[in-house]
Amino acid sequence: MDDSVKETIEFLQKNADDGLLPFSVQQEAGQRFSLHIAEVEEVALGHDLLPARYQRNRSMISIQQQLSLVRSKVAVFGCGGLGGYIIEELARLGVGRITVVDPDVFEEHNLNRQLLCTQELLGKKKVDAAAQRLAAINPAVRLQAFDAAFGQGNSAELLKGVTVAADALDSIPVRLELAKACKDQNIPLVHGAIAGWSGHVAVQYPGENILQHLYAGEKTGHGVEKRLGNPSFTPAAIASLEVAEIVKILLNTDPLLPRRYLAVDLYHMEFTEVFFPDGDM
Amino acid sequence: MQVTVKLFANFRNNRFNKEIRTIAPDITVGAIVTELAIKKEEVGVILINGRHGSLDQGLTEGDTLSLFPLIGGG
Repeated sequence: MDDSVKETIEFLQKNADDGLLPFSVQQEAGQRFSLHIAEVEEVALGHDLLPARYQRNRSMISIQQQLSLVRSKVAVFGCGGLGGYIIEELARLGVGRITVVDPDVFEEHNLNRQLLCTQELLGKKKVDAAAQRLAAINPAVRLQAFDAAFGQGNSAELLKGVTVAADALDSIPVRLELAKACKDQNIPLVHGAIAGWSGHVAVQYPGENILQHLYAGEKTGHGVEKRLGNPSFTPAAIASLEVAEIVKILLNTDPLLPRRYLAVDLYHMEFTEVFFPDGDM
Repeated sequence: MQVTVKLFANFRNNRFNKEIRTIAPDITVGAIVTELAIKKEEVGVILINGRHGSLDQGLTEGDTLSLFPLIGGG
């Protein structure tokens, strides 16, 4: 083992409190040994020390699993209604690398639902707001921000090294393009969409093409959201369901939504599970 | 003949959740959608007896048709 790594471990072990690593110690280790906060986190987790911020997760996410999260990379396409909540939850979970992609700036009609949108950020880039928010929540996250729209031209760059992709887009044709790119590159895609009181969640595992089925009849590029709009709670609910699926994929637990889609109706408070049999895919 | 039609999300507004309907034997899913005054471009997932269906598909006695709206917002 490298001497500096050895010293880092000794420093962390000496200053940990009952197996928990306070952020101040993590930060000091970073400065002292010239390491990124994420690198300190990896060393700590590799030696059975848990950064204190994750202590309330530890009965669900073991130290070993936390290490998998910090070594994972999730790309979030869209930083609007769904994307804002997805980014927030991934950062708090300690996903080590997050890529955010969005070409837009905030507008007044985003204020009713988009977590990253505040009064003072109107007119500002959504990806810049995501970067500020991530830095404020969890400095162990390494962010790649692309002020761009997803397309065939940049799909290889945006999906490079990605463990899981999160679909938080608002255009059905672009969602289908993303699904195709993920399929071509064998990257699992967690998909969510919203309209009014309703939404749905589905996972496209490598080799599957569930989005083609969900949007088989699509002709106009959008769904009923154009007419119904979206309130504050629908993106929060659907984004959280997406993140739950993302985490399970990152932690390699049993896939819980293969060839299924979950339709969520918050008005009638109904969750309907639709199963696409093998032969239909 | 009779089929069961189940509607989801905003399709229920001013319509119904579930209804047994009497239809002509050669009627398609698309014709039922029109009968219900639902715009075809707003139809997302179509299920016939729990399996993926399409607007031009026909129905047989006792089938259950489920219609979900097309949802694409983010």
